[in-house]
Amino acid sequence: MAGNETPAAAAVNYNDRVVLQFTIMTLVWAVVGMGVGVFIAAELIWPGLSMNLPWLSYGRLRPLHTNAVIFAFGGSALIGTSYWVVQRTCQTRLVFDKLAAFTFWGWQAVIVGAAISLPLGYTQAKEYAELEWPLDLLIALVWVSYAVVFFGTIMRRKTPHIYVANWFYGSFILTVAILHIVNSAAIPVSLTKSYSAYGGAVDAMVQWWYGHNAVGFFLTAGFLGMMYYFIPKQVGKPIYSYRLSIVHFWALISIYMWAGPHHLHYTALPDWVQSLGMVFSLILLAPSWGGMINGIMTLSGAWHKLRTDPIIKFLIVSLSFYGMSTFEGPMMSIKTVNALSHYTDWTIGHVHSGALGWVGMITMGSLYVLIPRLVNRESMYSTRLIEIHFWLTTLGVVLYIAAMWVAGVMQGLMWRATDENGILVYSFIESLNATYPFYAVRLAGGVLYLTGILVMVYNSYKTLMGAPAIDLPQPDQPPAPNASTAEVQT
Amino acid sequence: MSEQLSTGWSWFVILITLLNIVACLWLIAWASIRRDDEPAETETTGHVWDNDLAEYNQPMPFWWLGLFVVTIVFSLMYLVAYPGLGNFDGLFNWTQERQHETQINQAEHRFERKFAEYHEMDIPALAQEPDAVDIGRKVYQTWCTGCHGSDARGAKGYPNLADNDWLWGGEPEQILASISNGRAGMMPPWQAVLGDKGVAAVVDFMQDPHAGTAAVEQGKALFEQNCTACHGADGTGNTMLGAPNLMDDIWLYGGDEASLTSSIANGRQQGRMPAHRDLIGADKLRLLTAYIYSLSH
Repeated sequence: MAGNETPAAAAVNYNDRVVLQFTIMTLVWAVVGMGVGVFIAAELIWPGLSMNLPWLSYGRLRPLHTNAVIFAFGGSALIGTSYWVVQRTCQTRLVFDKLAAFTFWGWQAVIVGAAISLPLGYTQAKEYAELEWPLDLLIALVWVSYAVVFFGTIMRRKTPHIYVANWFYGSFILTVAILHIVNSAAIPVSLTKSYSAYGGAVDAMVQWWYGHNAVGFFLTAGFLGMMYYFIPKQVGKPIYSYRLSIVHFWALISIYMWAGPHHLHYTALPDWVQSLGMVFSLILLAPSWGGMINGIMTLSGAWHKLRTDPIIKFLIVSLSFYGMSTFEGPMMSIKTVNALSHYTDWTIGHVHSGALGWVGMITMGSLYVLIPRLVNRESMYSTRLIEIHFWLTTLGVVLYIAAMWVAGVMQGLMWRATDENGILVYSFIESLNATYPFYAVRLAGGVLYLTGILVMVYNSYKTLMGAPAIDLPQPDQPPAPNASTAEVQT
Repeated sequence: MSEQLSTGWSWFVILITLLNIVACLWLIAWASIRRDDEPAETETTGHVWDNDLAEYNQPMPFWWLGLFVVTIVFSLMYLVAYPGLGNFDGLFNWTQERQHETQINQAEHRFERKFAEYHEMDIPALAQEPDAVDIGRKVYQTWCTGCHGSDARGAKGYPNLADNDWLWGGEPEQILASISNGRAGMMPPWQAVLGDKGVAAVVDFMQDPHAGTAAVEQGKALFEQNCTACHGADGTGNTMLGAPNLMDDIWLYGGDEASLTSSIANGRQQGRMPAHRDLIGADKLRLLTAYIYSLSH
């Protein structure tokens, strides 16, 4: 039965209050998380910036930076957009208003708890899972409530089919619940101290099973859900291929589960586990790229919009960074490559091409689509400012990741360099000295990126406050057939 | 192999691994078939969400399918060659321990001859040999800078190696022994024996042995009763025990009043030089010793 699945019934009374709340906090946490990132990048150049205060030291602020960007900025963006998307594509109001409100306030409480406890030095010492057990319990509670709201809404949908964005959001919600609960299992000894339920190599394996799937399901599947709604929405064209969606979805979520051991190459982890981590990371390349192809090819026939619409620039360039990092990841999981790249700043560059390029830019593009709709406006306050934000962001990401790539490869080569007598040529401190210029370039990239965020905050504030638009998006018209050749000639 | 799985777990790993890979191949094959009731490539699937969201059903790009299959084929070959499928060792019989041993053996074999010419030379002679000292310097940069600093001038609690003052003796064989076997010096706490006033008096004596004041004379008497067993009757130390010379102006833990008070009252128990014989190897140890010897000769 082909036909329009949207009943032409009376408009649904959507719960957009919680979406607006999450959207505003996404912007707030972006400023905080990326601001802390810029500060610790500066600390690596000028260690004296910590002023010998323990709670300003790099070791305590770094987990605050990662938690604030991934879980505060990224988490708020994911939960907020998923509430918007699931209501629209299911044609029904979010179930359980109070529970939805709890997910907002509960999540913000977790983040505030992180912002206090991490600088004070309370940590489980598990990367991306540093928070101590009372906050872990709160996360579990919020997350299960989120799952109830999301899947409850899916169950009450008025549309026969579940839209592809919801597959990705759904897999993200389910898997993160399992990952968090299993990895955070711990034995508390006091209110602020606990010991992992696992020991030794098993603990390391559980941690990186969690850690890599946090990348896979939080930072990939979740944001693919965002991509599958906001790209076709903004471009105004159908998704490229339904069958590609199916194949890459099921392949992605089943293969990602295996990839964690590539974080533990050449360690006490048994060889067979390391090998499985590596081969499944390689197989992951094509399923990851499926999402990129589906997003970028949705633009086919409307490529001209890439020149005129800075929001589409954000969305498409984010997919380019997604494609780059999901190519780079499998390559880095190969043992011989990993032997060079592991423990160097190359890893930091890789993570940030994913975080700044993919996660950051897909979120910004999506929020630029979402924010005017939240206040029933045609467009953002200023399209010109979106354009400026786009270039600040792109330049910032490129500076950041290029600096870290070069620094990482250089470090890896210096650490392994031996002279004609088989003696290591460089001490660690020499490789650190050689890295300083790249730390400076990285800081410059971070400052540009943060500046872009501030431009976005201003633009969003003006839009939400109802300031009349100062410039409008260019009218959507395909260029005249000979327009591009004429440009080349001038 | 220490990391054998039980047979049941091994088969579980093998099956679930192959099942996931085969499932991917099946998924590709299943989705590649165009069915009669599907819309044409230029039409959408007919589902519409949120007024305008729809889907084409284009075939999967051929190059993308090719990429997918190539990674799967490579991975299966890798799992035949290397450990991965449960307890199956792989045809190459590779383990990371074996790879490490092989590389170490190759390196030792390759560089053995390089060091042969230095075997006959004693350490003072090596310290005159620029090439030997340069190798020793690089070994130092790798192993020693963390505590003794990249200029070998040490830090609080970590001796300066570039002066000619030695806790455990500055003869070549003594330096070599310090690096090879490590050293553990131990200054016991004296608070209980000397009391506050006694500690203060000994500190005064340490700071200016010839001041002649009553406190210094009292400190001198206490020193002679309690400290000379290790630091010697004249206070110049004993390299057999690693007891520092207290009559020069070199202080491992600081020569100011507060540092001296803490050293005497609480003792200093953390002075540990770890043994490096097994880490660095005999040939390089001698060259490292020559480098350190050269810093003060």
